[in-house]
Amino acid sequence: MNRMSGIAVPGRGAAGLFTQWNRRAVFGWVGLLLLAHATDTPYLINAMARFVIYGLAAVSLDLVLGYGALISFGHAMFFGLGGYVVAIITFHAVEAGPLFGWAGSTQALVVWPIALACCALLGWGVGYLALRTSGVQFIMITLAFGQMVYFILVSLQVYGGDDGLMMSQRSQLPGIDLADPVSFYYVSLAVLALWTLFCVKLVNSRYGMVLQALRQSERRAVNLGVAPMSYRLSAFVISAVGTGMAGILWANYAELVTPDMAAWTKSGELMAIVILGGVGTLLGPIAGAAVFLGLEQALSAWTEHWMFIMGPILVLVVLAGKHGLFGYWLGKRHG
Amino acid sequence: MDSAAMEEVLLDVRGLRKSFGAVAATQNVDLTVRAGEIHALIGPNGAGKSTLITQICGEIRPDAGQIHLAGRDVTALPAYERARRGLGRSFQITQLCLEYTAIENVMLSLTVGPRTIFSIWSDPRRDAGLAERAQAWLERVGLADRADVPAADMAHGERRQLELAVALAREPRLLLLDEPMAGMGPEESARMTRLLAGMRERYGILLVEHDMDAVFALADRVSVLVYGKLIFTGSCDEVRQHPEVRSAYLGDAAC
Repeated sequence: MNRMSGIAVPGRGAAGLFTQWNRRAVFGWVGLLLLAHATDTPYLINAMARFVIYGLAAVSLDLVLGYGALISFGHAMFFGLGGYVVAIITFHAVEAGPLFGWAGSTQALVVWPIALACCALLGWGVGYLALRTSGVQFIMITLAFGQMVYFILVSLQVYGGDDGLMMSQRSQLPGIDLADPVSFYYVSLAVLALWTLFCVKLVNSRYGMVLQALRQSERRAVNLGVAPMSYRLSAFVISAVGTGMAGILWANYAELVTPDMAAWTKSGELMAIVILGGVGTLLGPIAGAAVFLGLEQALSAWTEHWMFIMGPILVLVVLAGKHGLFGYWLGKRHG
Repeated sequence: MDSAAMEEVLLDVRGLRKSFGAVAATQNVDLTVRAGEIHALIGPNGAGKSTLITQICGEIRPDAGQIHLAGRDVTALPAYERARRGLGRSFQITQLCLEYTAIENVMLSLTVGPRTIFSIWSDPRRDAGLAERAQAWLERVGLADRADVPAADMAHGERRQLELAVALAREPRLLLLDEPMAGMGPEESARMTRLLAGMRERYGILLVEHDMDAVFALADRVSVLVYGKLIFTGSCDEVRQHPEVRSAYLGDAAC
């Protein structure tokens, strides 16, 4: 049955891109693993860890940006919150006294879920309010909430205020030493791989089909019985959790959290990474993170005005096609 | 059609009013659609047909009046709740997921339910049973060989056919069809007319249409809307004879 094979491998649409990309993606993953393994330079391992963490945040942002068409300009708030929750609990466990009567913990399996739950809760609250609007209002409301979180973090004098909060030690995982840069990189990479797999499954599921239908024609979807709010809010919360996970990893990587993690410039950076890599492609933003961080690294070594060059590059990529680097990789037929 | 089925009133609109500033778009409209009936709504451009349809499906709220769907008052319910209670519609301006292929559009219609939101793991595109059901609907509207064409690449007439397949696939009890033949060629239009005639007993249909051939071929009852007021409801023969209707809308040439 010719027809059935045509359905199993949909030729078009963002979801259909994965089938062709799967093999290359697997090669990409294996390449990354080997690269980390083959090198003993801490510099490269650290650069790779940064890229993986930003990739995780970018994939999460792409879920709402690309598949829900929800242009969140405040996503760094989840990045910041995830990091701060881990740093604060560690701070109480190691240095300061109990927090709300709890001694605190340095166990990743205890602290990380708490941080993720906080991000989910914030995502639910912000999403619930912001999703009552759409378009430019949605952008402005998410931006406003992001800035609120930023200024709250700045005002937390106990936790360092403007200067941020040092983490005296990384979280502890049973059997894995996160203090070792290579192990930490592998853990981050595993998180990124699992999360990306989950997101790919999600957008190709019935849920994802409806979420994308809402983006393409809200009137049609509603008249099929779809309640737009529940789909968009759940996508927003899932995205917040993923971005929060990136924040958790970042706090552990840098062993320092600062309010900058939640600033609007960080939200803009994440958005730039997604656009650079390809909106609505999930795998593209990972490539976007690699190119963005690589360029930032290379250009800032050359000149402190590196944004002068980065800006035009972003403009060029946006003008070249809506699928970004990802679309370029696949060739013109998907542009 | 047995008389028991004809008795059941699927849609009951009572005293509906809607104004936009000084323009009274809907003025005290009473309207019923029974099970198995095709009730055509005609009227000149700007008569308020689309405004009435959008109030029935719940996209805009009336200023006054009630809408009952299968005996339940749905006036306060949002559009998606009404859809879940068996109200389907096609749009005057085609509303499709343009990035999806024809069959994906129909699959979407077949797959959406109150619990779809929890279905985050199964890929509907790999569901052979779902694909088969969707393909059957495409065949019914004459798009069997266009299953894998993205809606964006389809011709206008094809999109109208697909729109109908998407609306029908959910098996709604009441269908609001807003000018389904608009922009179709005579051949496609005749096919649609045959399709609707063949399925009339499965739905109650409120049909807004300018193609009078289709209306007279299909409608059990015809209502005429002029400046937001229903000036007449009756059979096709009665509407042809009605002097006020002739002057307001049909013109002598149409009879």
